[in-house]
Amino acid sequence: MESAALTRWTKKDLIGIRELNREEIEIILDTTPQFLAVSQRVSGIKKVPLLQGRLVVNWFHEPSTRTRTSFELAAKRLSADTLSITASSSSTVKGETLHDTLANIEAMSTDIIVLRHGCSGAPHILAADHSSHIINAGDGRHEHPTQALLDAFTMREALRKLHGNPALNLDNLKVALIGDIEHSRVARSNIHTLTRLGANVTVCGPATLLPRGVEKLGVTRTTDLREALKNADVIYALRIQRERQASALFPSIREYVKLFRIDRESLRFAPDHAIVMHPGPINRDLELSTDVADGPQSVILEQVTNGVAVRMTVMHLLANSGTSRIT
Amino acid sequence: MMSNASEVEYTVLMDADAVAATIRRIALAVANDNEDIESLVLLGILRRGKPLADRLASHIGHVTGYRPPVGILSTTLYRDDLHAGGAGEAVNRRGETHFDFSVDGRTVLLVDDVLAAGRTIRAAMDEVMDYGRPRRIQLACLIDRRCRELPIQADYLGYDLVTKPEEWVCVRLEETDGEDAVLLHRRFIPSDDKGN
Repeated sequence: MESAALTRWTKKDLIGIRELNREEIEIILDTTPQFLAVSQRVSGIKKVPLLQGRLVVNWFHEPSTRTRTSFELAAKRLSADTLSITASSSSTVKGETLHDTLANIEAMSTDIIVLRHGCSGAPHILAADHSSHIINAGDGRHEHPTQALLDAFTMREALRKLHGNPALNLDNLKVALIGDIEHSRVARSNIHTLTRLGANVTVCGPATLLPRGVEKLGVTRTTDLREALKNADVIYALRIQRERQASALFPSIREYVKLFRIDRESLRFAPDHAIVMHPGPINRDLELSTDVADGPQSVILEQVTNGVAVRMTVMHLLANSGTSRIT
Repeated sequence: MMSNASEVEYTVLMDADAVAATIRRIALAVANDNEDIESLVLLGILRRGKPLADRLASHIGHVTGYRPPVGILSTTLYRDDLHAGGAGEAVNRRGETHFDFSVDGRTVLLVDDVLAAGRTIRAAMDEVMDYGRPRRIQLACLIDRRCRELPIQADYLGYDLVTKPEEWVCVRLEETDGEDAVLLHRRFIPSDDKGN
């Protein structure tokens, strides 16, 4: 028995990183390479039978292409049946409550519900009362846990490749999160993930987009991009969320570009080995200049590839761990 | 409360020389049976199937002049006990399936240390089939414990024994455990505990 390598997964749902400890995050990261290998098979079938005969419902109340596609593909690569419900086609617009809608979906024997919702806490409220495994695919300004997990996995892979050491973890890695921290559930989940894994996180952006008291989460705060990029191993540009009125919180797009855009100019302040990340979709030439987004330091497309593998891991762990289902 | 400390005793089934001789014998048999030896590929099942497959490949290379390529098979993603909660019990940190050759039309020799229920081999065959259509699949194992739950047999076998419920077989290899040996462990339940 290799008991040292065995760890139990006990969570029924994935609502936020805040509810996870370091060991649970590492279980997810360590389980992911085998799923990455499934997607990268050169011959045969890019599928494994782990969720055969089970139903995954993608329930999206906000527009999303990347995340929804990624979850759908992850479910399909695990051989699950999938169903998509979008806000416009859901009965919520006819006045049904979330609980009632979910109770009706569950009456058709679902196993996993992937929920994106504009209200922070929506997945949390549902998870407590429903038997399906709930995965938060982004709730309001709260969390986007699978994004942060795929980001951490991507950082770890890059770090291991850089040093040629497949055992390295994120301890003492220096990560700069740039841009709209205030409205970003990606930033919040990343901060929880990275601080739990021992990384040093600096958040940087216009003062109006840095939440007051963000230091309490264990991060360093600055409005000076140069300061943030100095010594950064990872430069993570966040999307300026025009749909969340962020643009009203700084004087002009031009000023943002001048002070906070990651481009060839600003990259000069960072170490040569620094990688550039972005959760997508990119506002080209706003958060990132085109040459940097498509340049050698960018791992943005690796993030997308890893996203499917990480989501396969999460679905597998939740659905195949015998975690108690409330009924 | 009575102490339940049970004693564990073991018998050496194979020492290092016996393990080496067995691997040589299996390699010879594989070479003899496969006229189209150059279509042969080996897949070692994690963990100890991998070093065994490496050694077999090296011997086959000596005998035939063709050293077959060796890949790694994890089988974790094809287990049949996951509905019952297996994923939470054992998080796989042993590594993942990896091979860079095609299995289409080839003879695939699966290599594992212990053959018991046969469920790992069922999973391994399903996994291989997802990568392509081999001409045939063969199985080589160091030990057969004879407690089969599926109709699966080894084509090449080192040692065959019937184990009792309180016995278990422990294969140790230089690459994974620092020595070559096959041990039979037996748990002795103290007589005090038996009747109560």
